[in-house]
Amino acid sequence: VIGSKILAGVLRGYTLLLFVFIFAPIFFSVVFSFNSARFPTIPLESFTLQWYQTIWSDPDVWIAVRNSVVVSLCTCVVATLLGFCTAYTDYRYNFRFKNAYLALVLLPPTIPLIIMALAMLAWFSKFGASGQLWSIILAHSVLTAPFAMAICRLRLSQMDGDLESAAWNLGASEWRTMREVIIPFCRPAIISSLFLTAAVSFDEFAIAWFVSGLNKTIPVLILEIVQGNIDPQVNAIGTFVFLVSMTLVIIAQIFFTLRHSKTLS
Amino acid sequence: VLGKTPLPPETKFSGFAWILRLPIIFWQALFFLGPLLFLIAMSFFLVKNYRMEEAFELKNWHRMLTRGYFWDSYFFTLTLATIAMLNTPFGTLVGYMTLTLPLVIVLQTFALSNIDRNLVQAAHNLGCSPWRSVYQVIIPLAKTGIIIAALFCFILSFGDFVSPYYLGGSKPPTLPILIIDTTKSGQQWPRAAVVAIMMMVTLISIAFAALSVAYRKRANR
Repeated sequence: VIGSKILAGVLRGYTLLLFVFIFAPIFFSVVFSFNSARFPTIPLESFTLQWYQTIWSDPDVWIAVRNSVVVSLCTCVVATLLGFCTAYTDYRYNFRFKNAYLALVLLPPTIPLIIMALAMLAWFSKFGASGQLWSIILAHSVLTAPFAMAICRLRLSQMDGDLESAAWNLGASEWRTMREVIIPFCRPAIISSLFLTAAVSFDEFAIAWFVSGLNKTIPVLILEIVQGNIDPQVNAIGTFVFLVSMTLVIIAQIFFTLRHSKTLS
Repeated sequence: VLGKTPLPPETKFSGFAWILRLPIIFWQALFFLGPLLFLIAMSFFLVKNYRMEEAFELKNWHRMLTRGYFWDSYFFTLTLATIAMLNTPFGTLVGYMTLTLPLVIVLQTFALSNIDRNLVQAAHNLGCSPWRSVYQVIIPLAKTGIIIAALFCFILSFGDFVSPYYLGGSKPPTLPILIIDTTKSGQQWPRAAVVAIMMMVTLISIAFAALSVAYRKRANR
C-alpha cells in the first residue's frame, strides 16, 4: 500500500514537471511581454505596456493580423466543408479503392510541413499563383481538412444509423435527410472543426512563410522579427497569438464535448 | 472508430454519393498530389542564371548525394529526431520536445484508455506488483498506440525547422534548414527538392517499419 502511494506521488510529480516543461516557455513569454527591460533577464524590471503600445501602433502588425484572420476564416470554411463531405462518404459508403481514397485524404499531416511548403511554392509559382493570400488558403485547407474529417467522422459514428433510414422511409430525399437530420446532428462537430482548423491555420508558419511572399501572416512576422534581433515586441505578439489560438481551441473543445451530453438524450 | 457491421458494396450509381465524394479527391489531387509530384519532377530540372528550366537531368541528385554536407545533415537530423540525448544541441532538443510532447501524450492517453481495466485488475489479483503489471500487462497491450505516438513524434521533429533554426544554432544544419537555405538563398529549388525527396523516402520507410512492428505484435496475440 505504501509502495502504491509512493508510486502515485512520483507519477503526480512527473506529470506536474511535464506541464511545467510545456508551459514554462509560454508563461515566460507572457511575463516578459510586460517587463520593461530590453532583454529577457531575471530579476524583472518594472511593469510596462510599452511593447503592446509599439505593436498596436505598428501598421505591419495590423496588416499581418488582417492577413491571418482572412486566411484562417477562409481555411476553416473550406476545410470543414471538405472534411464533412469526406467523413460522410466514409460513414455511409463502401466502394472500390476506398482505402486509396482514405489514404489520399489522411496523408497530408504525415508529410513534413517544410516539404509541403517547398512543393506548394514550386507548384503555385508554376501557375504564377505564388505570393497570393489565397495560395496560403489553398495550402492550409489541404493541411487541415483531415482534422475536420476526423472530428466529423467521430460524431457520425455516434449517430444511430436508423435515424437516416427512418427519414427516408418517411419520404425525405437524400438531400433533405442530409439537411434536416444529419447536419443538425453533426452541428457541434462542425462548429468544433471550424474553430480547430482556424486555430491550426492561424498558427501555421512553414507553408505561410514559403508561399506568402509579401503577404505576411502573424507567425511569419514573429519569426522575421526574432531573426533580426531580440525584441520584446515578439513576446507581446506571441502572447496575443497564444490567447487567440487558445480561445479557438477551447471553443472547439467545448463544442466537441457538448456532443457527449447530447448523445445521451 | 469504424462501424461494427461492414457496409454493403455500392451497386448503383448515385449522384448524391458522388457529389459528396468528389470534392476532396479533386482538392487533394490539385493541391496535395500535384505539388508533391511536381516536387519529384522538379528535382530533375536545371537552374541557369537563377532561372529554373524544365529538363531531365540527374545533376542535382548527383551533386547533393555526393556532398559530405548533405550526409552530415542527414545523419545529424536522423539522430536528433530519434532523440539521442548525448552530444546534441540541447536547445533543439527542448524545442522538439515541447512541440511533440502534447501530441504524444494525447495519443498515448487514447492507447491507454482502450485497455480493458479488468486485465489490470486480474493481474493485481494474481499477485502482480504495480510495476510488473505496467511492464507485463499495460505496455504490451498499449504497444500499438505507443509505437504510433513515437512515430508521429519522429515525423514531427524530423520535419520541424523552427526549433533547430532558432534554438539549435544549426551546425551542422538539419535537413529542413538545408532545404530552406538551398531554396531561399541559392534559388536552387531542384536541389532542395532532392533533399525533400530523400526526407520523404526516409520517413515513409521508417513509418512502414514502425507500423508493421506495431501491428504484427497485435496479430500474434
